Order: sequence, then C-alpha cells, then structure tokens
Amino acid sequence: MRHSWIPLFALKRLLFAIPLVLGVVIINFLLIQLAPGDPATVLVGDFPVPEEYLDRIRAEYGLDKSIPEQLIAYLGQLFQGNLGVSFSKRQDVLTLLLERMPATLKLTLSAMVLATIVGVLLGVVAAKYRGRAPDTASQVTTLLGFSVPEFWLGQILILLFAVTLGWLPLGGDAPVRGDGDVLFNLDYLVLPAVALSFRYVALIARMTRSSLLEVSSADFVAATRSRGVSESLILRRHTLKNAAPPVITVIGYNFGFILAGSVMVETVFGWPGIGRLLYESITSRDYPVMTAILLIISVTVVLANVLTDIVHALLDPRLERK
Amino acid sequence: MDTSATGLLDVRDLSVAVRSRRGPIGLVDRVSLSIGRGEIVGLVGESGCGKSMTAAAIGRLFPTTAARITGGEVMLEGTGDLTNLSDRQFRKIRGARIGMIFQDPSTYLDPLMTIGRQVGEALQAHGYEGSREDRVAELLAMMGLPDAAQLSTRYPHELSGGQRQRVLIAAALAGEPDLLIADEPSTALDVTVQAEILVLLRELRDDLGLSILMITHDLGVVAQMCDRVYVMYAGRVVEERDVYEIFKDPRHPYTLGLLAGTLSPEVRDQELFAIPGRVPDPRAMPEGCRFHPRCPLAVQECREKEPPKQPLGEGFSACWKYDDPRLPRAWQLAEEHVLPVGFEGIPATSDDEVSEP
Repeated sequence: MRHSWIPLFALKRLLFAIPLVLGVVIINFLLIQLAPGDPATVLVGDFPVPEEYLDRIRAEYGLDKSIPEQLIAYLGQLFQGNLGVSFSKRQDVLTLLLERMPATLKLTLSAMVLATIVGVLLGVVAAKYRGRAPDTASQVTTLLGFSVPEFWLGQILILLFAVTLGWLPLGGDAPVRGDGDVLFNLDYLVLPAVALSFRYVALIARMTRSSLLEVSSADFVAATRSRGVSESLILRRHTLKNAAPPVITVIGYNFGFILAGSVMVETVFGWPGIGRLLYESITSRDYPVMTAILLIISVTVVLANVLTDIVHALLDPRLERK
Repeated sequence: MDTSATGLLDVRDLSVAVRSRRGPIGLVDRVSLSIGRGEIVGLVGESGCGKSMTAAAIGRLFPTTAARITGGEVMLEGTGDLTNLSDRQFRKIRGARIGMIFQDPSTYLDPLMTIGRQVGEALQAHGYEGSREDRVAELLAMMGLPDAAQLSTRYPHELSGGQRQRVLIAAALAGEPDLLIADEPSTALDVTVQAEILVLLRELRDDLGLSILMITHDLGVVAQMCDRVYVMYAGRVVEERDVYEIFKDPRHPYTLGLLAGTLSPEVRDQELFAIPGRVPDPRAMPEGCRFHPRCPLAVQECREKEPPKQPLGEGFSACWKYDDPRLPRAWQLAEEHVLPVGFEGIPATSDDEVSEP
C-alpha cells in the first residue's frame, strides 16, 4: 500500500491552509479599507442627500464602527457562511457567486486543459528538435504568449473570428440550449478559452521543454542506455515520467494566474463569470462582492496548490514521509 | 596476473574531439589500449586527462552530443570495429558485450522506478526468457544484496550508496557482458564501502571471467585491483606497465608525480606533494611532450618532438628521459631546487643547464 499515506497528507495540507486563507481574508479586508472612497456615498448613489441620511446608512451597514470591530463582525458573519449583501445588486452575495461560479470554472478549466495539451505538445516538439526550426517556432510562440496581454488578444480574436470571418459568436455565454447541448456551448467558449490559455501555453511549453532536456541528459538516462534499453522505451518509461512533475507543478501552481486572467477575458467577452463580476464590483465599489470574490479566488488557489502537491507526491516516491 | 590472456578489447589510436565555435578541440589523442579476457586494466590520471572520455568513446556514451570519435578503432573480439556500427547495431553491444558502471550511484538510477523494475528492464532489453523476478533476485544476491524480494520493491532513495552501486552493477551485468567499464566506481562512496565494492568487482572477475576497465584517479585502487595500468596525461597515454612494475619502477615523471602525491605514513610529517602547475587547456596543448611545462627533466627535445613509446617489459613509457638516472628522484630534486620545474610562472633555468647533469 504505497499510497495509503495520501489522505493524511492531504488532510494535513488542508489544515495548514486554514490560517493561510484566514490571513488572506484579513489582508483583503484591510486593503479595501485603505482604498479611497466612502461606501455610504456609493450606496446612496450620485445624489445630494443630507449628512444625517448618510449617517443613518452608515449605522445601518455598520460602517460607523471602528475597523477592528468591522473586521470581527465580518469574520463572524463569514464563519456562519454569510458573505453579505451586494451594495449595487441588492442581492445575497453567496447566491450571486454560486450563480456566476460555474461559468468561470467552465472557462478556466477549459483554458487549462487546452493550455496543457497545446503547451506539452509544443514543449515536446521543441525539445525533440532542439535548436532547429520547430524549436525556434515554439520559442517564438512562447515569447508571444508571455508578452501579449489577454485583453488585447481577446479583442483581436473577436475582430478576426467574430466580426470579420463571422465564424464564432462575439461574446457572452449562451443559455443552456434545450436540445441537450453536448458540446458545452463550444462555439461561445472557443475564443475566450483561447485568449485565456495563451500565456499558460507559453508557461507550460517552456517548462516542458526545459524539463525534458534536463531529464534526457540525466545520468540515469545514460545508465539505462548503457544497458541496451531502446530509445523509445527510455523516453516512455524514464524521460517523460521524470520530466512530468515540474510541468504539473507549473500547471497547478499557476491556476491563480488563470483566474486573474479571467477577470480581463471575461470582461472583454462579456462572459458571465466571477471575473466580470469582480470587474463590475470594483467599478461600482461593491465591497461585499469584492471581498467575497477575492476570498473565493484565494481559496481556489490554495486548493489548486494542495491538489498539485498531492499529485506530485503520487508521482514521486521521494516525497513520501515516514 | 595472466598477461597471456587473449585480447577482448583492442583500442587503436583512438581520438576524440568536441566541436566548438573555434573548431574541434581534441580531448583524446591516439590512445591505444588492450584488455584481455578476465583482466582488470586501470586507466589512471587527473581529472581532465581524457580517461572518462576514452571510456565514453568505447561505450559510445558521450556526455555531450558535441563529442565524437575523430580517429582510430575500437576492436571488440567477435564483433570487429565498434566505431563502424550504427547506433542501432551498437545497442546490441550495450549491456550484452559491454556493461558500464559509474561514479555517483545516486544519480545513475531512475528515482521514480523501483530497483526490481530497473534491473528487470535490463534483463528484458536482452530478451531474457526465464522468470525475470527470479533472475533479478539471483543477480541482486550475487552482488551481495540478500532479501531481494523486499529490496526489489524499494526506490533508489531508500538504499544506501553502497547498495545503490551494487544494484547498478547487477543491472550492468544483467545482459552478461564480457567487459565492464567502471568509471570511478568507488570514488563517491564511504571508505569502507569503497573497499567492499572493489572486493565485489574482483570476485566477479574471478567467478565470471569478467574483464574490467577501471577508470580512476586513485592509485590505491589501481594497486588493489588492476593487473595492468595505463597512465593518461592531457589526452595521451604516457605510460603503460604491469601493476607491480609501475609501483616499483615508474618510468614517466608524471607517473612518479602521481605516486609522490599518494598518501603514505612515511610522508605524514612532510608537506603534501602535488605536481606543480596545471593540466594544460585542451585548446592550447603544449608542443612535443605535453608534460614538458611541468617536468623537472624537460629538455629542448621534449618541447619539440613527441616522445616515442619506449618499450619496457610488456608496456612502455612515452618519455624522452625514461632512462635518465635522475628520474626516480626527479620530484625530490625539484623540491630541493636542484632541478628547475619548467612550468610557466616559476622561472626555469636555461635548458642547457637542465639537460646536462
């Protein structure tokens, strides 16, 4: 039973993540306090009202209390699962998030799968043809991936494939179609997923290339070769397996960047996820929504890291603890 | 030992170079060596002398794709010149005729694969037909690793350095090769473990009739293990001798220098000896004898002409001054400033003074 220690390992990692998330929550809360602007005036809107009315609003929302008191009240509510009420949408934040979360997960996970497939392929080809044309092509693609901002790429894709060619929809996500749409509304998903995955493709391709090159010049590969094992078996049994962990780490640890990128991409494509919701909440100073989304993003990033560590531990026997 | 052994491997005038922007850089220069069946032959020299490159050329396992054989032959009994084989053909030689073991056993085993599978994989590569599991256990037991069933399921990091080296030897011998190239096999191990591994290699030679090419910088290892020894300096073989003769009566100033640098109780109160100067840069090898800039006996001839191989018993010394009466005490005389050392940095007296005693 080699892997019997995994559940305990996962549990430990999750327990260690709790103080981390708590810290993130507190920092988020304080950061928003530092931001300029008075939520009360936002609540009232762009409308001249007497000072007494503003005071009443502040008292109603607890904004007249000191910051530590507000923090404690906030944490108290948080533990009860209450994320507050949106200032601008007058809606329960939790409901709002649950409504928007699936769209974001669909987009980010699609982008991640796409980026993994394309990135690993590019990396393998680059490593195989090191120093030759396919390698150069892959390196240029990688450089573009690092330097092209998602929002710009998104707009170019829209111009090209939606406006000029008219192949794909401009933006938004279609409501689930009645005809049992097995394709996941693929036509709506393609452009935002491509725009979101590009940077990730670059990251994965580069790591795959360097990891493969490093492993293929490793001592144990030479030793295996010296025993007469064929090159294709060396690649399958040794090189790919040993090159995988760093790539998996890059994929998992950078899930946060995909989430961050989704704010831009969702805004450009009018994708109804939490990224666009975050953008909207920032422009309308909707603090409860902002803090809740930041919380969700932090929790997701922490979970992605824990998951990555578990996969890593499954692959590498050296990580097993006695 | 048995010097009448028939030749298993016969390397003739082997040269190796690496490509560089400024043209090829020669690392091994016309090296010839032979190994008989059941013989243990040492290849000795400081790091950078080309001994590992020579081994890599024989086993076609260069550390970089820029290195290649630029001349010479590697004749293997029953196969012919290995340098003519395609990579595909050479794969049939690997493990089956020539096995290799390496310096640091911790990096030469796949960290993600169990011991049993790695040794089993070597068996599979040679089309082993019986129960692989049983044969793996047998091989591990032969290497002095009992309890194979339990060991087979372990990963390399769970083993000690000595155990790992034994596993590497088991995997290298899975295809029952005739020749084992051992590149510094004991250097990275603890002293007691070193001795155990050397004893094991000698037993394997005795039991299986294995021939071993021992690459080492350690003359102690040579004394314990080898029948014959080749001393390399700056890409060339400078002396080849029977192991008893080389310790008793070395005939190359470089060999003498190496021996003088070996620790022994007699020198405990003296300063440790090291040959002055440095191994030359392969991009700027000295003319003539490549050792002349560091040699206390160097004369004009040494600077200009490559020394011929002066026959000595079964071997030779490639030195112009191989029968100079001052040779045995050359380094002592150099330390006492009786003889100048002609290496750059320390002013040498004129060549005439050196040449006439």
